[in-house]
Amino acid sequence: MTLSTTVPPRTAVERGAACPAHRVTTERGVALLLPDGSQAAVFRTGDGALYALDNVDPFSGAAVLSRGIVGDRAGEPTVASPMLKQVYSLRTGVCLDDPEVRVAVFDVEERDGVVEVAARPDGGR
Amino acid sequence: MRRLLVLGYGMVGHRVAEAVRDRDGGDAWQVTVVGEEPRPAYDRVALSAFFDRGEAELRLPDLARRGVALRLGETATAIDRSARTVTTSAGAVLGYDALVLATGSAAFVPPVPGNDLPGCHVYRTIADLESIAADAAGARTAAVIGGGLLGLEAADALRRLGVRANVVEMAPWLMPAQVDEGGGALLGRLISGTGAGVHTGAGVSGVVAGDDGRVRRVLLGDGALDADLVVFAVGIRPRDALARDAGLALGPRGGVAVDAACRTGDPAIFAVGECASVDGTVYGLVAPGNAMAEVAADRVLGGRAEFGSADTSTKLKLLGIDVASFGDGHARTEGALEVVLNDAPGGRYAKLVVSDDARTLLGGVLVGDASAYAGLRPLVGRELPGDPLDLIAPSRGGGGVGVDALPDDAQICSCNAVTKGAVRAAISEGAADVASVKGCTRAGTSCGSCVPMLTKLLAASGVAQSAALCEHFAHTRAELLEIVRATGITTFSALLAAHGRGRGCDVCKPAVASILASLGGGHILDGEQAALQDTNDHFLANIQRNGSYSVVPRIPGGEITPERLIVIGEVARDFGLYTKITGGQRIDLLGARVEQLPAIWGRLVEAGFESGHAYGKALRTVKSCVGSSWCRYGVQDSVGLAVELETRYRGLRAPHKIKAGVSGCARECAEARGKDIGVIATEHGWNLYVGGNGGFTPRHAELLVADVDHDTLIRCVDRFLMFYIRTADRLQRTAAWIEGLDGGLDHLRAVVVDDSLGIGADLEAAVARHVDTYADEWRGVLDDPHKLARFVSFANAPDAPDPTIAFGTERGQPVPLGPVDLGLPVRPDHAKV
Ligand code: SRM
Ligand SMILES: Cc1cc2nc3c(=O)[nH]c(=O)nc-3n(C[C@H](O)[C@H](O)[C@H](O)COP(=O)(O)OP(=O)(O)OC[C@H]3O[C@@H](n4cnc5c(N)ncnc54)[C@H](O)[C@@H]3O)c2cc1C
Ligand code: SF4
Ligand code: FES
Repeated sequence: MTLSTTVPPRTAVERGAACPAHRVTTERGVALLLPDGSQAAVFRTGDGALYALDNVDPFSGAAVLSRGIVGDRAGEPTVASPMLKQVYSLRTGVCLDDPEVRVAVFDVEERDGVVEVAARPDGGR
Repeated sequence: MRRLLVLGYGMVGHRVAEAVRDRDGGDAWQVTVVGEEPRPAYDRVALSAFFDRGEAELRLPDLARRGVALRLGETATAIDRSARTVTTSAGAVLGYDALVLATGSAAFVPPVPGNDLPGCHVYRTIADLESIAADAAGARTAAVIGGGLLGLEAADALRRLGVRANVVEMAPWLMPAQVDEGGGALLGRLISGTGAGVHTGAGVSGVVAGDDGRVRRVLLGDGALDADLVVFAVGIRPRDALARDAGLALGPRGGVAVDAACRTGDPAIFAVGECASVDGTVYGLVAPGNAMAEVAADRVLGGRAEFGSADTSTKLKLLGIDVASFGDGHARTEGALEVVLNDAPGGRYAKLVVSDDARTLLGGVLVGDASAYAGLRPLVGRELPGDPLDLIAPSRGGGGVGVDALPDDAQICSCNAVTKGAVRAAISEGAADVASVKGCTRAGTSCGSCVPMLTKLLAASGVAQSAALCEHFAHTRAELLEIVRATGITTFSALLAAHGRGRGCDVCKPAVASILASLGGGHILDGEQAALQDTNDHFLANIQRNGSYSVVPRIPGGEITPERLIVIGEVARDFGLYTKITGGQRIDLLGARVEQLPAIWGRLVEAGFESGHAYGKALRTVKSCVGSSWCRYGVQDSVGLAVELETRYRGLRAPHKIKAGVSGCARECAEARGKDIGVIATEHGWNLYVGGNGGFTPRHAELLVADVDHDTLIRCVDRFLMFYIRTADRLQRTAAWIEGLDGGLDHLRAVVVDDSLGIGADLEAAVARHVDTYADEWRGVLDDPHKLARFVSFANAPDAPDPTIAFGTERGQPVPLGPVDLGLPVRPDHAKV
């Protein structure tokens, strides 16, 4: 199975970090440490889709978004920060409780039992 | 400016001043109130709640802030009608253009020998209650003379003070003014069931002192009762002496005679409330008093309002026992017919009085269950919506009248004369909950018996707040729990598929996780459950501001051996954790990274510690004082009981956190009444209080049951906790839950203490299952490699620490530093744009 979400769609992904696919449990996140020392929060939703956001919660500065509760708001896949409970779109990284705030989105895909995240967010821009 | 002088600052005097302030927009009147009591006006109707709620809760809105001059602790001693002045005990001479007498009434003390011995009291003012409480401390039994509404409230207050009361009533049954013989018989039985003695058909002939000169016994016609304290509650006498001395006419049975405008023979002088006699009647209730206050205020300001007929309906707010009477409860109307339901085994008596054609409701009496009261009272004088028996017999639909059946001009709140139309208008103007309806209309602000009706009107108009948990479930937490119980569903996804929509969120997922855990769903990190948990439950630790976690081992009752203290110290030292004594009598170790938690807990579990559930919506701590083992005042082993309670309920998942406390005597060093469950030792056993908390809205716990033995106590706490778990809303602590129960604390007591719903055994069995299957959550993690695998900062680097977590030093201990600058390019999308 190959699933990917790409915002915006691109071709070559510079490999950032990877972990065994079974470590990414459904409806929950894990954090991956990237080569430059930053972190991505990777989520798998119940329909099998993968998403990755910057792990740092912009309100507290703590690297904790991967530990939030996954769900949906009116169908939009979301994660709620465990710190102060703001909810983010997994697709776009926009904070649904404060649309002026957005966390960066990483390309992520699963290939041959491995989940891979791009080295830099938002298509490397 | 014209001068209005009000004499007496009780509920009615307060209402006069308030009504004038409300209406007199141009500030044409300067308002002065002279009040004999040293305190501002308070809700005398709720006087019996003084011990539970305290004086501040009873206080009426402050009028000093609205420009009313208050002269408190000052008595008016004479009226000079020709000079239009009033002299006071402070020697002041106050002029007036209009004078309102609102001096109320005084308790009547029957002229029997010994009626003024030390230990004799009346029941009317806060000062009376304070002196009763002072005497109650050394008393075992009390006699309450008078078995009417006041006497029963006094007996109830004594019971809460830990004193058993014998109620002595001259009439053949209790509450003869409100209740008929059939209802009175049941009432007597129910009151005896609360532990009070009931002596009807008996009069008092004297009070006898003991060697210490204090009350010792009361003499009845043909016998005597032991009593260390006596409360006279036989009736009231209007305080009309000022008016009489000023030459104003009195009514046939006392009280200042007034006309429908509440005016005395002197056009500048009005009388209102319990000191007034309208058409020869003195009303001893607040609703007619308020109505008079409004009339007098209107007249003072030049209006033409008149006092009409008064509603004398009453509903007794006695522990666990409902009594209500309304309209012509005694069927005195010509040709009146009675429809009676007398269910002695069920403890219910209901009577409706209807007109001779059985179509118009004239009045009624309800004993044992007065839930129909709020719906029936507004129907008095109106056509019945159906067969009268249908309205009172539960098997036939019962439970009274729906709001829909009431016309707009029906009075919903009789204390404040608010109609259904007025409530509906307030709702359509935006009042969306009971509090705002109260604010706009005053309905529900006095005796509170109409509040259920307000709730129904809110619901009927569709503005009531949705009870849905979130966008994924249209149910309340309590409904979901019932669904899970009934269907045996064990996973969130199955529940969502069958009863919800979408994928869930951070509201419903933890709520359902808590329900599954409450119902005995195994380890909270088993299978799918793990993904539902909040980060705290997910890592069995509390998240801190920098993404590190805290560790709180359970220390039941705050009791700890030196060896265990040393282990905690060693662990904290070895892992470099910040260490602090918590407010809950235990020790918090802060600053652990996720991947350190298993090693830390490995050491703690090895030393015999268990999870303290500081992270869970579950039992937190049971705080204790040293109690009778050490303390010279202690009367029971408070530490032992605290340890037992904490061990019994540890790990029990609930709608919100639960805290408890046990004190070894009434000095209350464990602050038990600030907890959801508070236990205070007495000479004879334990008093159980429920519904306290600190936090944002501090609340004192209220007495649920007094002087019970150990087993009864545990049974009551079992039932209380499981009933709370089954019926409370998400994140609703016990205080708010009790407040929201239909029937409040009385209903709770009926369910928990008297098992009125017959679910006691079921609730106890549910707790027993929890006790039997409890296992330490941290040990469960350490024993399971799959669960342990979650405890890493990074899925691709299990041993790497989170580089954003760093510590500085404060007072010799580590504290979070950060957020840490990792030297990365600043991402504009991290900042607010
Ligand atoms: C550690 C401690 C403070 C301390 O250093 O003393 C503490 C710390 C926290 N309290 Fe507390 N409370 C602590 C005692 C109290 C007390 C005092 C007590 O228990 O006697 C109170 C008032 C009593 C009460 O709860 O009624 C208290 C009232 C609150 C409240 C307000 C509750 C309310 O009903 O209004 C919250 C917020 C909440 O739970 O929603 C809260 C929430 C919290 C949280 C969990 C906030 C959070 O989510 O981060 C804090 C983190 C705990 C942790 O370990 O990291 N804490 N908190 C105390 C832990 C006690 C323990 O041993 O478990
Ligand atoms: C325990 C209890 C329970 C009750 N329960 C209910 C109930 O459930 N429903 C209900 O409708 N009613 C109930 N009542 C009755 C209700 O409280 C009274 O009807 C109401 O308070 C009367 O108000 P008032 O202002 O006329 O008189 P009061 O409340 O007696 O106020 C008169 C005030 O004037 C002061 N005063 C008197 N003389 C002077 C003077 N010369 N100078 C200055 N000040 C003076 C007094 O000290 C007093 O503060 C209850 C009463 C009690 C005691
Ligand atoms: S509550 Fe009573 S028994 Fe407990 S420590 Fe205080 S004084 Fe002693
Ligand atoms: S009926 Fe008493 S407050 Fe409404």
